[in-house]
Amino acid sequence: MNAKQEFKIVGTRPIRPDGLDKVTGRARYGADLNMQGQIYGHILRSPHAHANIKSIDCSKALAMEGVLAVMTGEDLAEPGNTVLGSGEGAIALKDLIPMVMSQGKVLFHAQAVAAVAATTTALAAEAAAAIEVVYEVLPAVTDMHEALADSAPILHSDRFPDGKSKEPTNLAAAITMQVGEPDAAFERADVIVERTYSVPMCHQGYIEPHACVVRVDAAKRVDLWCCTQGHFTVRQYTAAVTGISLGNIRVTPSEIGGGFGGKTTVYLEPIAVILAQKSGRPVKIVMDRGDVFRTTGPAPGATTRVKLGATKEGRLVAADVECLMDSGAYNGNPAGIPAFMATACYKLTDARSSGRSVYTNKPKIHAYRAPSMPQVTLAFELVMNEVAAELKVDPLEFRLNNAVEEGDVNMMGAPYKRIGLRECLEAARSHPHYQSSVADGAGRGIAAGYWINAGMQSSATLNVSPDGSVSLLTGSPDIGGSRASMAIMGAEVLGIPIESIYPQVVATDAVGHCDVTGGSRTTLATGQAVIQAADELVAELCRRVALEWDVPEDEVMWSDGAAHHGEKSLSFKDLASRASAMGGPLTVSSSLNSTSASPGFGVHICDAEVDKETGRTTITRYTVIQDAGKAIHPTYVEGQMQGGAAQGIGWALNEEYVYNDQGVLENAGFLDYRIPVASDLPFIDTVIVEVPNPLHPYGVKGVGEVPIVPPMPAVAQAVFDSGNIRVMDLPLNPAKVAAAIIEGP
Amino acid sequence: MSTPLNKLPIQAVINGEPKMFLAAPGQVLADVLRDELELIGTKIGCNTGDCGACSVLVNDRLVCSCLVLAAEVEGQSVQTIEGIADGAVLHPVQQKLLEHGGLQCGVCTPGVVVAAKALLDSNPNPTEEEARYWLAGNLCRCTGYDKIIHAVLDAAEAIREGAAS
Repeated sequence: MNAKQEFKIVGTRPIRPDGLDKVTGRARYGADLNMQGQIYGHILRSPHAHANIKSIDCSKALAMEGVLAVMTGEDLAEPGNTVLGSGEGAIALKDLIPMVMSQGKVLFHAQAVAAVAATTTALAAEAAAAIEVVYEVLPAVTDMHEALADSAPILHSDRFPDGKSKEPTNLAAAITMQVGEPDAAFERADVIVERTYSVPMCHQGYIEPHACVVRVDAAKRVDLWCCTQGHFTVRQYTAAVTGISLGNIRVTPSEIGGGFGGKTTVYLEPIAVILAQKSGRPVKIVMDRGDVFRTTGPAPGATTRVKLGATKEGRLVAADVECLMDSGAYNGNPAGIPAFMATACYKLTDARSSGRSVYTNKPKIHAYRAPSMPQVTLAFELVMNEVAAELKVDPLEFRLNNAVEEGDVNMMGAPYKRIGLRECLEAARSHPHYQSSVADGAGRGIAAGYWINAGMQSSATLNVSPDGSVSLLTGSPDIGGSRASMAIMGAEVLGIPIESIYPQVVATDAVGHCDVTGGSRTTLATGQAVIQAADELVAELCRRVALEWDVPEDEVMWSDGAAHHGEKSLSFKDLASRASAMGGPLTVSSSLNSTSASPGFGVHICDAEVDKETGRTTITRYTVIQDAGKAIHPTYVEGQMQGGAAQGIGWALNEEYVYNDQGVLENAGFLDYRIPVASDLPFIDTVIVEVPNPLHPYGVKGVGEVPIVPPMPAVAQAVFDSGNIRVMDLPLNPAKVAAAIIEGP
Repeated sequence: MSTPLNKLPIQAVINGEPKMFLAAPGQVLADVLRDELELIGTKIGCNTGDCGACSVLVNDRLVCSCLVLAAEVEGQSVQTIEGIADGAVLHPVQQKLLEHGGLQCGVCTPGVVVAAKALLDSNPNPTEEEARYWLAGNLCRCTGYDKIIHAVLDAAEAIREGAAS
């Protein structure tokens, strides 16, 4: 397939269709819907980070006036060995259910233990406090290195990463990939650099806490409203966790107030369903911000050792990567990404990369924007810079010498199609930012980044009204402007004004299956379903016109929003108004399992100043360059690039989970878990590079995730460059930077 | 009922309209706006005054409505996101946020709009730095603030031009 090159609407910047509701406060998010007669759920959470539950007595709570239901983990399904296949990878029920509610054992602080539903939120909280739980408290371990020590408390005595029963450890998974003979290849290197860097656990930090409201009728039909990145996944997970059949569950997605991967699972929903079923009343639950930090997300902390070898001509010849990742209390599968993708930016025929993950007494990690990739890229790109410095070559030139291009093969074995890393590096090289000299006392860092990007399942329906307006339905929650890009693609195919397209994200029973909005897949795959549906609609219109005019179907041409044959034409609007006389309602649905994803690449340039007394780092200039394939709505592509960069800068400079020795998160709020605020950042310049994806009809590549990959090494390099300040253990907060300055290089 | 009904009758002007409602002594303004007055545009992101999503104006003063007791607005004037546009005519901050794409998920947007309006009411010609520090109390996790700041500075210019013409 060759991607379309000429566009009329694609690439323009119309105002997003959902924008008006959002700037006027009318848009409804998770906590913004109330159901008639609803009551309120409250969750009792463990005060211990590691404990056996000896007993739970809910009788006092249930006896309270106004308390209508209580539940514990016993009300949820027995996990057994069930594994749920889902869009972004499989998850075992035994790793999913305990993140909803514990069953007999508590493995992290604030894990859900029981829940009540009562007529007011205050009463529900009071009743939850009246539940009596007897714990047998066990020692907890929150540091992943300590968790691997012989003396560490064991979280799962029945889990073995290789499936063979032996002495249990906290190792969750281990995977090693190798191409060629890296050990021998290092012998050919003139320069070898080896470093180990660490990144802390952090949170996605979406501003909207999780929330849902649900009604269950006497026939066990569930009507669930919630904020999620994927309501089909919510339906699947809720069915599996509650034991209610899939067909009985309808999930309507609210507007979503951020997710970044963190809202691709369930936490509250199954609890609300059980409480609603038991009480016979709709149940609403809104999560507290502290509990969002304590019990959802987070992204894994990691320690990565990277050893690279290069010849004096500037060729990388060997790589050895070893990454240890914190999985939290259950298996979040973070270790595969570093093994498969650590080396993905560079031509390396001799390389080894391994990933291991470890159980600790913290919440199970969950997806966060290019999951696991920023952590391993931090070490890889900083070592790239050190090798370049030893070779005395420009770090961009060094990358250009070694950048992957079409036909190259990475650890996963499939050759790259048309990718845009080289074009991004070239755009960086000629950018005024890179051409400028670094201010006195400041430093500059550059880094590249890769993300695989996903395709997966998507569906779209087009319903044409007699006035020529089109309702465009998908099941992909719009997290950053995707309704605008869907409308653009639909309008491009149909040749009608974008204003006559009304894109909506609709419930699980109103459109075909869509996997989560994640993996940078929505504009690519759901967009492809929209293009496909619009193409089918055009074909149907041409069929109708051919019948009417009694001409061969293949002689009817569609352009500029009308069917043409010779001198004759019929507009989309005419065809819509005459639909009943020409064959009936115009409605088309299209679905696909997209295999058109193409990896994304980006290059970031960061200038930073460090206050040598306080250790405070200020980002003074920042530029993001990224291959988007084809930017459908460039404003929102830039928005992804800027937002991802800001998250990466926050992770580099400030963000980290701080646990005390009891396994309690000490900074479970936005005051102490400080995400970047407006005064922390400069304007973030963007360059959209467009190397069309040959697998996609419009050349689209996913853009959402790549931009969080390069910031940590770009910022760390800028800090280093400002005065030989080498911090091996992020974040680069003032205390660590000041200590590194005092210690000296 | 285990506890007696203990609510205070409050009278306040909400978005220009006189309103009466009942509020418990400990109930915060954000909850009353959302739950009693159905003004769901005011968002609750943290309930601790850290995120700014619940920003409203009380007598033209910018506050986090999660930190104000509902009883405190007795006799006061409250302006929420629902009262920022003039009927169908958007406030320049709203219009410029749309034009610049200064929102992605949009959940911080009501707070940003209210806070930016308050900035431009008091300072019609803010510098970039002034805008950034003023809005430092409004957390946005999606945008990196770039397009928000551009929109606010552009709105300031539009307001100044409107006032001059």
